Amino acid sequence: MELRSRVPDGPIEQKWDKHRFDLKLVNPANKRKYEIIVVGSGLAGAAAAATLGELGYKVKCFTYHDSPRRAHSIAAQGGINAAKNYQNDGDSIYRLFYDTVKGGDFRAREANVYRLAQVSLNIIDQCVAQGVPFAREYGGLLANRSFGGAQVSRTFYARGQTGQQLLLGAYSALERQIAAGTVTMYPRSEMLDVIVVDGHARGIVVRDMVTGKISSHMANAVALGTGGYSNVFFLSTNAKACNVTATWRAYRRGAAFANPCFTQIHPTCIPQAGDYQSKLTLMSESLRNDGRIWVPQQPGDTRAAKDIPDAERDYYLERIYPSFGNLSPRDVSSRRAKEMVDNGQGVGVEKNGVYLDFQDAIQRLGQHVIAERYGNLFDMYQQITGENPYQVPMRIYPAPHYTMGGLWVDYNLMSTLPGLFVIGEANFSDHGANRLGASALMQGLADGYFVLPYTIGEYLTSNKAGSVAADVPEAKAAEAQAAETTQRLLGVNGKRTVDVFHRELGRVMWNECGMARNATGLKRALAEIPRIREEFWTDVRVPGSGLELNQELEKAGRVADFLEFAELMCLDALGRDESCGGHFREEHQTPDGEAKRDDEQFAHVAAWAYQGPNATPALHKEPLAFEYVHLATRSYK
Amino acid sequence: MRLTLHVWRQASGSPSGRFERYDMPDADEHMSFLEMLDVLNNRLIEQGKDPIAFEHDCREGICGSCGMVINGRPHGPVQRVTACQLHMRSFKDGDDIWLEPWRARAFPVLKDLVVDRSAFDRIIQAGGYISIRTGAAPDANAVPIPKRDADSAMDAAACIGCGACVAACPNGSAMLFTAAKISHLGLLPQGQPERFSRVLDMVGTMDEEGFGSCTNHGSCEAACPKGISLDFIARLNRDLIRATLGKGMEVEAPAGGAG
Amino acid sequence: MARVSAFYRSTVGKKVLMAITGFVLLGFVVVHMIGNLKAFMGAEYFNTYAEALRALGAPFFGHGQALWLFRIVLLGSVLIHAFFGIQLWLVSNRARPIGYEKTPYLQTTAASLTMRWGGLLIGGYVVYHLMHLTIGNVNPDFIPGDAYHNLVVGFESTTAAAAYVIAVFVLALHLYHGTWSALQTLGLNHPKYNSWRRGIAAVLAIVLLVGFATVPVAVQLGVLK
Repeated sequence: MELRSRVPDGPIEQKWDKHRFDLKLVNPANKRKYEIIVVGSGLAGAAAAATLGELGYKVKCFTYHDSPRRAHSIAAQGGINAAKNYQNDGDSIYRLFYDTVKGGDFRAREANVYRLAQVSLNIIDQCVAQGVPFAREYGGLLANRSFGGAQVSRTFYARGQTGQQLLLGAYSALERQIAAGTVTMYPRSEMLDVIVVDGHARGIVVRDMVTGKISSHMANAVALGTGGYSNVFFLSTNAKACNVTATWRAYRRGAAFANPCFTQIHPTCIPQAGDYQSKLTLMSESLRNDGRIWVPQQPGDTRAAKDIPDAERDYYLERIYPSFGNLSPRDVSSRRAKEMVDNGQGVGVEKNGVYLDFQDAIQRLGQHVIAERYGNLFDMYQQITGENPYQVPMRIYPAPHYTMGGLWVDYNLMSTLPGLFVIGEANFSDHGANRLGASALMQGLADGYFVLPYTIGEYLTSNKAGSVAADVPEAKAAEAQAAETTQRLLGVNGKRTVDVFHRELGRVMWNECGMARNATGLKRALAEIPRIREEFWTDVRVPGSGLELNQELEKAGRVADFLEFAELMCLDALGRDESCGGHFREEHQTPDGEAKRDDEQFAHVAAWAYQGPNATPALHKEPLAFEYVHLATRSYK
Repeated sequence: MRLTLHVWRQASGSPSGRFERYDMPDADEHMSFLEMLDVLNNRLIEQGKDPIAFEHDCREGICGSCGMVINGRPHGPVQRVTACQLHMRSFKDGDDIWLEPWRARAFPVLKDLVVDRSAFDRIIQAGGYISIRTGAAPDANAVPIPKRDADSAMDAAACIGCGACVAACPNGSAMLFTAAKISHLGLLPQGQPERFSRVLDMVGTMDEEGFGSCTNHGSCEAACPKGISLDFIARLNRDLIRATLGKGMEVEAPAGGAG
Repeated sequence: MARVSAFYRSTVGKKVLMAITGFVLLGFVVVHMIGNLKAFMGAEYFNTYAEALRALGAPFFGHGQALWLFRIVLLGSVLIHAFFGIQLWLVSNRARPIGYEKTPYLQTTAASLTMRWGGLLIGGYVVYHLMHLTIGNVNPDFIPGDAYHNLVVGFESTTAAAAYVIAVFVLALHLYHGTWSALQTLGLNHPKYNSWRRGIAAVLAIVLLVGFATVPVAVQLGVLK
């Protein structure tokens, strides 16, 4: 397999313009002859489907939700970055590009990141025109806030619901195209496979989640905007249905999977409360502006927070990072919290959190100021935990919430399987080893509105493969295989539920391939995962039939794929024998515990190619060159 | 705590259903309501029974997937909280809990507590958008918007499309949902060109979908987990009247002629 | 025209017509109540007032003609109000074919929940009321032209007086929700005055209830005879 990034020549500022000029155009009259399948209706999927429909293509859009508006993009809170420089604080496309490459710890492709920074301007324009009610100043102009990893104020936001408002904007554009007849929407339809004809992605197999009917849909090209795989950990901040199935199936059909071990752990989430816990809830990072993070100095201290005198508390972030203190970056804060908990200094009944204490801030500023700043977050915390954070410190702990890895794509966002495009969190492209806050929304919309609609034309015109009927043998075979997998899942009829296996997998992944990793643990995981997978296939119980609305069956299919995917993730983490961004290998740290990159050996994208059911996947490397942002070590001391 | 659940069970594809009783002897007060159902479902599966189907996804109160009528209240007893954010400490030992799906002709039950809310999508398709081509937008700061209007639009746009308003309405009306979208777009300068055709089209589709007629009880507002105000319904009404009176159709002078 | 027909076909359009006719009827009810209270000014005054109503519009209208014009407007309003009320009632009934085991009654009031049955009850009572005091066929001693006499005789029956008070109570309830609801339906809201709308509706309902009920109660107590 050859990883051709297709990055255009020339100075970085001109690459995208030049490339757009070089891309072949599709005659407007011909567009309606091309069918395009978009899987997923989040920011990337909805934006792409709407824009492609508007351009005149015949688009089919699939989602497993009941409505495109429910995609998990909706849960993003903080905001979206754009290099508008409306604050006149020295922002520029180049600075956003620079911050993103550096924030990603030099594991992203420069040309892609530069393009992302360029189109960030158009995104904000587009969203405002759609009616996204961004926060405004009294003069009526757009407001900005600052976010981690940047020294300028470039984040646009709509209260704490930015993701929701952006998604509703993309959703409304999509609904407009549905009404216009250019997009056909298939809700409650789960993609189970990619159909490959003559080496090109030509369609997908889907299961109608209401009737259970499995069918094929053919097209001239397929785009996946199916999100990330944080749910491999079972407990994450992702929505319950988020899964790896679409990208995993594509991987098994020939699309390389890049950097699967790059996952982001968010430091401020509410810790697990019990064995029944189903997901973790994020608390905005902004809380760290006024809260102080501490644990008891004495491991195993069971006293209530208020009974522990100041001298017996360890404000560990302030101690270790005197200049950044409680505002140290996500990956650093997360790892330190884990250290404290692992050392027995955790707090709460389960001893699985650290305190985020507002007492000093309340005394200094008054409760009303804190309520004004964080009232809704405090309410949410109280609703979930039953504790009043004005009186007792919050308990927080890191949780998985974003995955930088994904299917490998070239500059055109096409995977190594021709005709298969990958957009948004599902691809690996722009964030390297660590994503900056407020950049996920930017990337999803950039791919969907402003990149894919241009680049897909190049593929369509240069590959004259005509329409393919839905009854070609490849489609029938893929359908039969999907049906067989469904029957197999229903037929095991064991004793344990899907959730039991998913939790077990999650526990292994969290312990061995979570915030901190080492070779021994990863090897342990690589031995454990096949065992869990085997038990799953001999002892899982999936009730009901395949021909009805069967939520357990849906879950079972997704967990079965996680059980395969997890192995690849650990393999990648083991292979990447360095620490970078969210990937922290304990063997590679500075004496004071910071991540140590190995640019000599690992300044590359690790793209894994499927070799068959029980074969080790093949590793291909795309070398990364840093011509504009020079390799340097991040420091926050 | 020990709870007795009475859950509406309706098989996939069946037009009718009935209540089934389940004992939940060991619910934990720290569980979320849906986690309590997860625990129950896992037990049902282990016993070889069919688990209760209910819709959910983000479990953070924003995606709008979840929703069931809990003891006569959409999303349960706590105001401004979705079912997924409801926790068991809102109940007490020995409680009986009745779980029912949203009841509306426009929301047919698919299975147990899962209903089909695609009628909402069709209302949006009728006009719940601003017709702007990708890439055709002017600079985002080209049109200043008074903060008051932007905030008010955001209040309306906070709707998560869960359908609790319809479920709570004694008339099964979708006015709050429709009004929220009409107000969100109608409050912004970008939404003006299509403002009056939008209200006619969206209300028309809302009626065609078989929702009931609003009588201003205000149950929708009380049930709305996002606290969408009834005032937006008045706004919809006003826009509809103005549209009927020809607002948005005015032509200053006949087109044509010159040159 | 397309817009007018879209408006008419919509549930909102029908409700707007109900709101407008509702306000016409509300105006009538207020005037009616003030007229009733003239009974306390004595028989002669009251009968002169009643006669003046018939002479309304002279000399442009013949005797009783203007009054009939008003009656036709009122009847039309009642019919439109009732017709759409019943039509929308059916729409709402169809909207929820299967009801709840535990019904969510959130923020509803006795007034908002009794609008439809209350409306029917008021309609039925008005027919009786006309036969009782205008046509006189159910009045024990009806003398055409002597409105004061007919009123006193009519309300000497405790049953008739009680029925009247009950009907007025139902009317007040109907108007408490109806006035507020009509303002909402006509889109007459403003953040500054929204809190007033409920208050105005409440005051109106109480004034009407007291104003109307005073007359039969006074007859029963022997104040009017």
